[in-house]
Amino acid sequence: MAQASGGAARPVLEVEGITKAFPGVVANDDVSLTLNQGEIHCLLGENGAGKSTLVNMVFGLYRPDQGTIKVRGEEVHFEDSGDAIARGIGMVHQHFQLIPVFTVAENIILGNEVTKGAFLDLDSARRQIDSLAERYGLAVDPDATVGDLSVGEQQRVELVKALFRDADILILDEPTAVLTPGEVDDFFGVVESLTGQGKSIIFITHKLREVLAVADRITVLRAGQVVGTATAEGATQQSLANLMVGRDVVFRVDKAEADPGAPVLRTQDLRVADDRGVETVTGFDVEVRAGEIFGIAGVEGNGQRELVEAICGMRPTAGGRVEMLGQETTDWSPRKINELGVAHVPENRSKHGVVAQYTIADNLVLNRYHHRKFSQRGVRNTAAINAEAQELVEQFDVRTPGVDAVIDTLSGGNQQKVIVARELTGDLKALVVAQPTRGLDVGSIEFIHRKIIELRDRGVAVLLVSAELDEILSLSDRIGVLYRGRLAGTVNAADATREELGLLMATGSSGGQR
Amino acid sequence: MNGARNANAGVGRAASQIHRVLTEAWRLQPLYVSLYAILLSFVVGGVLISIIGVNPFTAYWALLRGMVGGGDEIAGSVARSVPFIGSALALAFAFRAGLFNIGAEGQLLAGGITAAYVGALSWMSDLPGFVAIPLILIAGTMGGAIWGGIPGVLRTKTGAHEVISTIMLNSLVLFGVRWMVNSRDPVVLRDTESTVPRTDPISDTAVLPELVDSQPVLHVGLFALVGICFVVAFVLKRTTFGFEVGTVGLNPHASHYAGINVNRVIVASMAASGAFAGLAAASEISGTNGFFQPGTFFLMGFDGIAIALLARTNPVAIIAAALLWGSMLSGAPLMQQEADVSIDVVRIIQAMVLLFVAADAIVRYLFRVRELDQSPFKATSIEGAV
Repeated sequence: MAQASGGAARPVLEVEGITKAFPGVVANDDVSLTLNQGEIHCLLGENGAGKSTLVNMVFGLYRPDQGTIKVRGEEVHFEDSGDAIARGIGMVHQHFQLIPVFTVAENIILGNEVTKGAFLDLDSARRQIDSLAERYGLAVDPDATVGDLSVGEQQRVELVKALFRDADILILDEPTAVLTPGEVDDFFGVVESLTGQGKSIIFITHKLREVLAVADRITVLRAGQVVGTATAEGATQQSLANLMVGRDVVFRVDKAEADPGAPVLRTQDLRVADDRGVETVTGFDVEVRAGEIFGIAGVEGNGQRELVEAICGMRPTAGGRVEMLGQETTDWSPRKINELGVAHVPENRSKHGVVAQYTIADNLVLNRYHHRKFSQRGVRNTAAINAEAQELVEQFDVRTPGVDAVIDTLSGGNQQKVIVARELTGDLKALVVAQPTRGLDVGSIEFIHRKIIELRDRGVAVLLVSAELDEILSLSDRIGVLYRGRLAGTVNAADATREELGLLMATGSSGGQR
Repeated sequence: MNGARNANAGVGRAASQIHRVLTEAWRLQPLYVSLYAILLSFVVGGVLISIIGVNPFTAYWALLRGMVGGGDEIAGSVARSVPFIGSALALAFAFRAGLFNIGAEGQLLAGGITAAYVGALSWMSDLPGFVAIPLILIAGTMGGAIWGGIPGVLRTKTGAHEVISTIMLNSLVLFGVRWMVNSRDPVVLRDTESTVPRTDPISDTAVLPELVDSQPVLHVGLFALVGICFVVAFVLKRTTFGFEVGTVGLNPHASHYAGINVNRVIVASMAASGAFAGLAAASEISGTNGFFQPGTFFLMGFDGIAIALLARTNPVAIIAAALLWGSMLSGAPLMQQEADVSIDVVRIIQAMVLLFVAADAIVRYLFRVRELDQSPFKATSIEGAV
């Protein structure tokens, strides 16, 4: 990772002693950070550590309570993000700020329109975009409609948009969270070509592998404070994780040999269509036995969502059958399937997993509010609901002021713990988990993994769907690769290698080697 | 310039002082915006009245006496308010399920015509009052429930948005009943002996007992509609069904995932909403009018929307909001008579109330009220009810 030429590192951005408090929480406490020209500076921390608050101040979205921000040695006081952009700061948000029905070129010039008289001068905009794209290796088609682009392409559009506004300092908020493994590699290439040409980058992430792959320097935040600064050479995943969490983290999931029993969940030639009516699950066969974790790896968009939703009754099937515990459950209602003892941790936490405005207690009984324990003659038994919630909150280590707190006030990790607590209790026979640790911090991931293994050891059949290959590898007993809606191959986790699975994920075959 | 700033700060201080009193003394947290909206509308209305050349205090004093100036005025105001409770509940209940039922206008008509038809059936006069009265009320409630349930079914079966379908159903029933009551050839529901278009009078046994012989008559329907508000509050806050309604309203996707039958909840909520409007109509037919005339419920359904939003869809607050709404309409004639200010000014003030409730940022700015957890246009959580 080449330092910019010109000898000594030249700071382009200096944040000194920044403090920012919100009602009830100090989000940033005396935080300092220096970004040198041509450097990739990783900002690492758990959810809620204060990373976003910090960069939002640098980008003019919040104003600091104390401390100073200097850009190229000059102190600045941003009123809004327009001021920051004028100083050459660009930000790519985690959730893209693009208009899907506009073309790439229209999105890029939006707010910064190139005009000729009263008309948009799209031709000259297009030329500028092409030259930027070429210079930094950011292949984008200015005339494509943004809504048709893949997530990775949309991200490139966001980058070009920032560069189009002459940004020298780029803030990238969790840029890899939405990308496939292949796209991540491309993205790293782009990032390096940017710094090679003098741009400076603040890269926010909580993925340790990525930090070590791209960072020049690393600043670790915990609970709003800087707890360490390191260079990539001097750091290991273990040392960074310990800094982030504040204690020793166990990476390897300890688990005993699986002791699989009778088949619990079986699908035969299952076909499912997505929302547009396109069949994305195209003949899926699997058999998951009691006491084993069957992991489904695959690049996202190969039918994972539709598969899980069809098995759990949330989406009608287009053909084939689903069997659970020896009964055919094809197209049963979600409630009927749930009452069989099948739990489901959904992929989309905020859409399906919780009701954001409800309390933790109400969310914990979301699928069993009607059970006799919580409801007598149609009237809710609040005392029983709260007692159950209290117990689950303690058992699953949900960090909250109380069970009557609105769940939206919790961090993503704690919300997920609420979902996991709800789904993983009761008399379970099977568990379907989709992306159980997406966007979570190391501590929560560790906790949720342990709980899933505990369940397996109690004889529950677990179907695990995850885009994180590491998660699949460390949890599963058997691994199937989902490719274009069907299983491209099944391997024993003990024999599986990243390379072999990667090849299956990318091509649908292991290349005829075996 | 300094002086202007000081004056501005002075107004701000006064406004936040009011806010402090309400906060600490009255604990009316969820209803601040509504209270201030009312206050502000009267202030703006006062300005309007002085522009016409009338002293606003004279006008408001007449209005106030028209509303609560004596026993008869109070009874008349309450009587005028009673049906608004039902039409406001019709919006509020569906709102909790995430549905925007603007069909109370039509649901009132459907309930009213059904009640009038059943009440005028020849065998009704053979029944004792304690059978005939519940029967006419149930008939109206069912009429409203069916008319409200149809958009629910359309929504679940075809995806038709309830805003569009309730508007259409409003027109359908409006012109439908007009024809049924007007037509002489063939005679459908018209009382042929009457010179004005109306239905046959209902049987004496089906008339709700009178409480006060005011203008309009205050009758026992008051208890039915006030009682329903408390029942609805209990259902929403404490029952399993209420939990399902609230969950579907806040997150239908999560509801589906959690095993709630979302379609069933949508149809049931719409039918219940229509039922409240139908009950209000039946109680009016039975207690006040004695027959059905096509214009009886004109604008009552749309006023219900304003009242429900003013009450932030809280069923108990609806009672107060409906009382305010009805009394203002009931008191307006005295204002016109004594201060020569048109009744329409009251309508304007009411429109401003709704405007300020909807555009709550204005009120928040003036009275320094911090953003509440939810705006009146988002359904409140089940815990937020009552």
